[in-house]
Amino acid sequence: MSEIKKIKNLKEFSTSADRFEGANLLCPGCAHSIIVREVLNATNDDLILSASTGCLEVCTAVYPYTSWDASWIHIGFENGSTAVAGAEAMYKALKTKGRLKQPDRVPKFVAFGGDGATYDIGFQWISGCFERGHNMMYVCLDNEVYANTGGQRSSSTPIGSSATTSPAGRVSYGEKQNKKDMLAIMAAHGAPYVAQVAPNKWKDMVAKIQKGFAAEGPVYINAMSACTTEWKFAPEDTIAISDLATDSLVFPLYEIINGSELNITYRPKNIVPVRDYLGAQGRFKHLFTKQYEYLLDEWQTRVDAKWVQLQRREEARV
Amino acid sequence: MEKAGWDGFEIGAMLRSFDGAIQDIATTLPEDRAYSQANSFTASVADWRINKPLFNKDYCIDCQFCWIYCPDMSIISRDKKMVGIDFDHCKGCGICVEVCPTNPKSLLMFPEQKDEDEALAQWPQKEKKEKEAGVE
Repeated sequence: MSEIKKIKNLKEFSTSADRFEGANLLCPGCAHSIIVREVLNATNDDLILSASTGCLEVCTAVYPYTSWDASWIHIGFENGSTAVAGAEAMYKALKTKGRLKQPDRVPKFVAFGGDGATYDIGFQWISGCFERGHNMMYVCLDNEVYANTGGQRSSSTPIGSSATTSPAGRVSYGEKQNKKDMLAIMAAHGAPYVAQVAPNKWKDMVAKIQKGFAAEGPVYINAMSACTTEWKFAPEDTIAISDLATDSLVFPLYEIINGSELNITYRPKNIVPVRDYLGAQGRFKHLFTKQYEYLLDEWQTRVDAKWVQLQRREEARV
Repeated sequence: MEKAGWDGFEIGAMLRSFDGAIQDIATTLPEDRAYSQANSFTASVADWRINKPLFNKDYCIDCQFCWIYCPDMSIISRDKKMVGIDFDHCKGCGICVEVCPTNPKSLLMFPEQKDEDEALAQWPQKEKKEKEAGVE
């Protein structure tokens, strides 16, 4: 087995050599590449990566350039997960046949996908990979919208958000359905490790990624990715918005081990009102008019209820 | 050139990130890597910038917040020290300036044309904390 990379503090972490290169075409201030860097730098092992169609894919593989310093493949919108699962199955087969050229090097298999590729289009494929129990990690870069194609709603888009296919206006407050609870769904597959992470809590994130790499079987990571273009905030505020999201508990950070044991990994010292998080983004600005103001209280109630539920599940250990 | 038929195209395309073999990429720093032409490292997005960050190492405490939160791998850190900024790949988003915890900030945004020495000369002084009203 390969050793787990020791990362005690940020200074030590900063000696890592990035395997993701600059001059990709992601927007300035995009959280995607912060997440990708934190995932890739969490290990020193070889990597076999794939990406589903989405911002990350179209921006890092613009012909004739690649931004990846590792084996990376893109096939279609839905099958980022199965591409890596296939590579993993081949690795296992070659290993049993004793045909690996460097058998002491154990690669890590990671698939990246946006929330569109994860929550909607690639859902069946991911579910299949988890059912078959491939030894891989699936990282969902959750920016709650189809940002690559111009901001259409996905099933990750939260209530009240204005997207191009669910625009807010005189007759509608925008998206009407609540976000799918993807973590609960993936945990219900009996996955050994499922976690929600945010790029601004790098230490929590790296610890979870390393736990995920160490686990045997399919691992699902839901990474909050603040989207400067579609959430409509200034590029330099990416980390500030991420802080608001984790501190207001809209994105609580927790992990589920073996489908049952839930641990909350980050408890904010000062819980920020959800109103502050929503108010910082252009996609929710219509909620601050008299017509739709009642939605703000609904938001707060929903987030509080989720937090209570998480805490109760953590206590009950079921 | 002869027109390629439906089966005349090459199936799949592979781009190599490096010229030649690199044994352990995870521990090879960029200056020791032989980047190939297909690696986006050899390209530049410098023309995206309107404002650029400038670095004043007098105030830097090497906390590395800018390194971890830089989305474009443009903060160069070597031996746990912040060394400088990679202006070929910096898109000028300004995250590094926002996350810099020092007082005054050791990274600040300036217009792209600003001369570095001039900017360093007029770097702001330490800001005094405003006393809360009503507290003696």
